[in-house]
Amino acid sequence: MKIRRAGAAVAALALALGLAACSSGAGAEEDTPYIAIVSKGFQHQFWQAVKQGAQEEAERQNVRITFDGPADETDIEGQIDILGNAITKKPDALGFAAIDSNAAAPLLEQAKGAGIPVIAFDSGVDSDIPLTIAATDNKAAAAEAAKHLADLVGGKGTVAMVVHDQTSQSGTDRRDGFAEWMKANAPGITLLPVQYGGSDQGKSADITKSILQAHPDIAGIYGSNEGTAIGIVKGIQESGTTGVVVVGFDSGQAQIDAIRSGLEAGAITQDPVGMGAELVKAAVKAIDGEDLPPSIDTGFYWYDKSNIDDPKIDAVLYE
Amino acid sequence: MSTVTDIAPRGAAAAGWTPRLRERVQQLLAFASLIVIVAFFSFANPAFFTYGNVTNILFSTVVIGTLALGTTFVIIAGGIDLSIGTGMTLCAVMAGVFITNAGAPVWLGVLGTLAFGALIGMLNGVTVALLRIPPFIATLAMMLVAQGLALVVSHTTPIYFKDAPGYTKISTGSLLGFDFPNAVLVLLVVTVGSAVVLNTTLLGRYTYAIGSNEEATALSGIDVRRWKIAIYTLAGVFTGLAGVMISARLASAQPSGGQGYELQAIAAVVIGGTSLAGGKGSIVGTLIGALIISVLNNGLQIMSIPQEWQNVILGAVILVAVYADIIRKREA
Repeated sequence: MKIRRAGAAVAALALALGLAACSSGAGAEEDTPYIAIVSKGFQHQFWQAVKQGAQEEAERQNVRITFDGPADETDIEGQIDILGNAITKKPDALGFAAIDSNAAAPLLEQAKGAGIPVIAFDSGVDSDIPLTIAATDNKAAAAEAAKHLADLVGGKGTVAMVVHDQTSQSGTDRRDGFAEWMKANAPGITLLPVQYGGSDQGKSADITKSILQAHPDIAGIYGSNEGTAIGIVKGIQESGTTGVVVVGFDSGQAQIDAIRSGLEAGAITQDPVGMGAELVKAAVKAIDGEDLPPSIDTGFYWYDKSNIDDPKIDAVLYE
Repeated sequence: MSTVTDIAPRGAAAAGWTPRLRERVQQLLAFASLIVIVAFFSFANPAFFTYGNVTNILFSTVVIGTLALGTTFVIIAGGIDLSIGTGMTLCAVMAGVFITNAGAPVWLGVLGTLAFGALIGMLNGVTVALLRIPPFIATLAMMLVAQGLALVVSHTTPIYFKDAPGYTKISTGSLLGFDFPNAVLVLLVVTVGSAVVLNTTLLGRYTYAIGSNEEATALSGIDVRRWKIAIYTLAGVFTGLAGVMISARLASAQPSGGQGYELQAIAAVVIGGTSLAGGKGSIVGTLIGALIISVLNNGLQIMSIPQEWQNVILGAVILVAVYADIIRKREA
């Protein structure tokens, strides 16, 4: 008896929620175009900044957006599910940052079949379905990091790389861009095999300590994203080593602090707010049937102690 | 290594040893495996067996080890706790809320975090013991709840312990005055504490009893439900402590992540010889299991073995450990 009553209450609640969702959804859909954005995650500061840029641009353009992503930036399957749900909602355009550049292909075919224009952002997809990609040129950005690191260590010595993952295009591009530049331009530098820290600060710190142990003469370490760079700085601090040049990627409070205090030499920052804005701009153009360039470079900057307070840099750093 | 662990229980059974003695031998063998692995890496790379690196290994054992100690109680009692990883993340966020947002003194913030961990554990205990939801499902649900709440409470933003330098010292400071991080000291103290609780208290005795035969335990007049709640609550305290240790290490409470830590902790418990079927296990074994995992991680990294292969090797070690457990049960 008790159970049946509880069940009825749950059913009533579900029904009420469903009705509420329907009524609010139907009204808005007819008024303004709807862009569904599926990102790689939502909890990192980087994605929050992309979301902020997208929201601001959506208000300017008078469109409606949703911004979803899996809780874990390595959860490929979770992201595919979210993408599938987004397509089911029949948005007027779809923004998509692939965790795995191959896994989403069948769903993108489905979006194409349903006539939904797709705009890729952050990480590309191995597919010609996206009309354009709004992204940092990660290879060029990583090459810039390599150039600065090579300069800072005087063009010689052993250099290690800790990369956030090996499946996403941002991961592979930031790895390859760095390694290729070093091989081509810095003959005096020995690159150690790549280690992967999964964006986990603690894990990246442990990896760094192992590297320092095996190669006490190390000159520099490159970290390919926020969590990784902070982890490297932690690892170096914990091991009490000094004189290792750390070059990172992205920003975030801890990394900004490390650069100010000199523990980290500098980092490459992307422009996540601009990325979100460019994404929405491109999506609106696609809805209006306008032509789009094959890619939109949302830019990157090198920043260090000397220019961190520069208004141009300050605008693209996020805490 | 595998042959050593496989043969031992068989030999033990043949000699007609008591179960207690057999367990001791099992522990010794886990320890021997650890020594073999350490010897192998020391031989393979001279950088491995140095004071600095041994401290690195101990340091990187702290979080998984702390979680594994609490999980040992739950698994010996025949349960499982999948909520410890994201629960730890939620507790880290709560430490940030107490100390940074509310400005509580460090000691109070730590106590609050431990209490919050106990609350998570108690809820697990209540759903398992009173609502009779299977532990796997109950704690899986809590895993998701904790993950969600960590993001909600923190507004998906890391909380930094900027105004509480004392807090980070809990992990990276050195109370002993030489290069020996406090985090390792904390792990050693709670290991000893856990061993005392498991081996000498009523709670410990009932943990084994419930895991061996829950029905018989209940029939002998013991309030099994109450003790189960106590066991999960205790595991929750360890979750809270792990939350303190990880956020003190990172000088920030990271609202994401934590998932996957529960599986590593369970792996440490199993490698340490605790039976997933309940009733058998030890704290020392768990510590050794956790050390085996960190030694493998560290040693393989020092040898520059690609990460993918590190996982393959760790998986193989878990299989061997569980197989040893199955053999033992067959002999018993």
